Amino acid sequence: MAFEKRIRVTVNGRAFERSVEPRLLLSDFLRETLDLTGTHVGCEHGVCGACTLLMNGDSVRSCLTLAVQADGAEIITVEGHGKAGEFSPAQEAFHACHALQCGFCTPGMLATVVDALRKLPLDSEAEVREALAGNLCRCTGYQHIVDAVLTINTKEEGIS
Amino acid sequence: MPEGRYVGAPIKRREDARLLTGESRFVDDIRIAGTKSVAFRRSDHAHARIVSINTDAAKQSPGVVGVFTAADIEGDARPIIASSRMANYQPTPMQILAKDKVRFVGEAVVAVVAENRYLAEDAAELVEIDYEPLAPVTDAEAAARPDSPLLHDGFASNVLVEREFKRGDVVEALWRPPVKVKARFRVHRKTPLALESRVCLAEFQAAKSHMTLYTSSQVPGIIKDALVKALDIPGSHFRVVAPDVGGGFGGKTSLYPEEALVCILARKIRGAVKWCSDRSEDLLATSQAFDEIVDAEMSVDEAGRILGVTAEVIGDVGAYSIYPWTAGIEPVQVISFLPGPYRIEHYHGRVRGVATCKPPMGPYRGVGRPVATFVMERLIDMAARKLGLDALQMRLTNIVQPHEFPYKTASGMRWDKAGFVECLKDAAEAIEYAALRETQAKAHAEGRMLGIGIATFAELTGIGSRLSASPGMPINTGTETAHLSMDATGGVTARFGVTCYGQGLETALAQVVADEMGMLIEDVRIIQGDTDAVGHGVGAFASRGAVMGAGAAMLACEALKEKLVKAASALLNAPEDEISVGQGALTTRDGESALTYSELAERYYSHMGAVPLEIKNALGELSVSRMYDPEWGTTSCATHIAVVEVEREACKIKVLQYVVSDDCGQMINPLIVDGQLHGGIAQGIGAALFEELAYDDDGQHLSASLVDYVVPSASDVPRMAMRHPELEKPENLGGIRGIGENGTIGAVAAIANAVSDALAPLGIEVTEVPTTPERLFRMLDASKKEMSNI
Ligand code: FES
Ligand code: FES
Repeated sequence: MAFEKRIRVTVNGRAFERSVEPRLLLSDFLRETLDLTGTHVGCEHGVCGACTLLMNGDSVRSCLTLAVQADGAEIITVEGHGKAGEFSPAQEAFHACHALQCGFCTPGMLATVVDALRKLPLDSEAEVREALAGNLCRCTGYQHIVDAVLTINTKEEGIS
Repeated sequence: MPEGRYVGAPIKRREDARLLTGESRFVDDIRIAGTKSVAFRRSDHAHARIVSINTDAAKQSPGVVGVFTAADIEGDARPIIASSRMANYQPTPMQILAKDKVRFVGEAVVAVVAENRYLAEDAAELVEIDYEPLAPVTDAEAAARPDSPLLHDGFASNVLVEREFKRGDVVEALWRPPVKVKARFRVHRKTPLALESRVCLAEFQAAKSHMTLYTSSQVPGIIKDALVKALDIPGSHFRVVAPDVGGGFGGKTSLYPEEALVCILARKIRGAVKWCSDRSEDLLATSQAFDEIVDAEMSVDEAGRILGVTAEVIGDVGAYSIYPWTAGIEPVQVISFLPGPYRIEHYHGRVRGVATCKPPMGPYRGVGRPVATFVMERLIDMAARKLGLDALQMRLTNIVQPHEFPYKTASGMRWDKAGFVECLKDAAEAIEYAALRETQAKAHAEGRMLGIGIATFAELTGIGSRLSASPGMPINTGTETAHLSMDATGGVTARFGVTCYGQGLETALAQVVADEMGMLIEDVRIIQGDTDAVGHGVGAFASRGAVMGAGAAMLACEALKEKLVKAASALLNAPEDEISVGQGALTTRDGESALTYSELAERYYSHMGAVPLEIKNALGELSVSRMYDPEWGTTSCATHIAVVEVEREACKIKVLQYVVSDDCGQMINPLIVDGQLHGGIAQGIGAALFEELAYDDDGQHLSASLVDYVVPSASDVPRMAMRHPELEKPENLGGIRGIGENGTIGAVAAIANAVSDALAPLGIEVTEVPTTPERLFRMLDASKKEMSNI
């Protein structure tokens, strides 16, 4: 096997230590090595946003990040938001507003939304659309996603 | 508990919990120990003879299990051919791996199987293929000429399909009238682009002689029917599963070479083999859409009445005739649907589907109708402009009126009663059309380029077995099955042949079953996307899911209730005709005795001797299965109105407003209906303004990433208003009209008309879509030059 590097990451509050090839993408590390398949890959070239997750509090494209770059990082994937029956506010809003159809873009959307809610005012619809512009959704036409974001009480913590 | 409380209500979707928490299961999420990965070496030539292939280095590469060329799988599958009853049709057998010749950039030539995808891709790089380039066949119009090089040796020409529809005397109609408009319309090639690329995983269990194919498909039933024959596996030992599917839009309705190949390889290595397409492979090798040239002409009298229409269509159908739909699927439907919801006496439509060095053309949301509607609606606006008539008025003059149903269109289609006029008026009212025209006039006076675009159309949805979902296609897509079984707690499990790729059908069908049975929705489970669910199924396409699924569910619920009455009759010792079913219970007429479903089921199954054994032997399990065939299709119609502003300096088109009024019959779930429309409109806006697969003259693909292939983002799509006027329901079970394709069909035309309307002061008519910033720039530039020449 090729040269491997040992990395430590915390994913959804759990610490992992693994040896990885330097070329391994963070998205593949999560999906294949840790078997956390909630992170989706839609393009592998940084455009669609499906692979977006939270790394050290910022939304990051895991298809453009190498696993070795995540050494020491705190990562939150879609599995780290709320669970069925105890949705996070963002999940709850998505559910209530029918902001997902096939759900393939949803994990990335949630990460982007949580990040944006913390950092941006998101008072107007235009601001919300701007904030979502890096995440492609092919099913919903975005309207219900925009509605979901507008209904989330921004004072609440984004993730439970 | 009141009955009928779910259908029509905005029930939140049951799919969401798993999709929002990462507990969903798409094909790439399935874990089977020892799964090997496939990577392909695909053709980088558009048209070439394969001289030699050297796989030695690839075979030595770390982690490689095997390297396969066409020669290595020779004899592993019978030919897969999309047949058709159409006259003058030339079918092309599917190439699972290219043999002798490649016919488009991206065609799979060599498959490498390795321990994981990284290693498989490393090895695929090491494959050496020697090609002898052949003359590219890229321009469909040129390829249709007799002197063109042939893509398929031995064919009469590159024209794979040809068809014609005629009514009346179009020559007379076009010759006589005072006003004629004509144009060459061009709709460029696009791709369905589901966010989840295609993925397939085959597991062959040698000890059981059993094959399971997990595939990100809209049509597991069709895939199974085709592959059991091709691979010679008994149907009982071949299961196709489409678990959570991340969008499809037509791109996952065909059988693909990769699906056949993973099965072949799984059987060869006696294990599990997976192929997960990356985005560039998806853009290179998933079925594509549109790509038509339409030379069309319309004649009208001075009052704006349409007298005749002609359309000559050349469709670029790519290198192969796709299974099972054939190369006719898209272009033939352009001429079928072109007369639209209008009274047109004289019509002549002719189409040729021409093979070129591009990936196969396949079904895409709307199939033929987005292009047909674009052409027809553009012609109407052009004629209205020429006559100085209002665009809305011109439509009201020509649209089929309520008393004229059923109406037979000029191409031979039959419209059953639908709200053509009502939706047109309702959409105009919703957008305050008259006031909007005044606003527009003011804007124009200020030098702003504001445009209003109307598109009105009709389509056929929920098609039964009397019509083929694709012209001349011999397989039956007109039936679907529902199987219901009640367990010992009184819960109902409903299994369906109709599938779902994200639309929310699991929730919608649960609503129908719960209402029909008078149960709580929580007690209903829906199983679909698995050929083990029912004896035969087809899939999700052509706006059929709700119509077919709900129809089958209703028939099955009726039958199950009859069975429950029989069981209750034995348990309650009352004649059957004195027992009524409702609100989750069976009650005798006198109201004296009653059994809830759970009481009945428990006694029936678990209490020894509660039901006389002759009765139990005859009745059997509390389960039933019913098939639904709506026979014909149901008309669905809508009017879309878009408002755009063209920003001249920035060369930008902004969609400001969007309204739809549709006749979708009974809505099962209004949230889902609106979601379908929103998504469809966004895709139509993409087709009208952004999305284009570009090929150069040598057939090289120039848009193999999402940087080059531009998909609308949240800031490109406006807020949309949906209206569903209360109208007479259609006659199918449930009174449902399909809605899945409506958004895309109307949006291309509405946007193109709005852009043309905005540019009208410059004398510009949009005839080519997408109107990308570059095309807009050229049109504006040309009009500037023209102005300065005057
Ligand atoms: S998969 Fe990472 S941005 Fe598309
Ligand atoms: S819900 Fe399917 S891509 Fe967004």
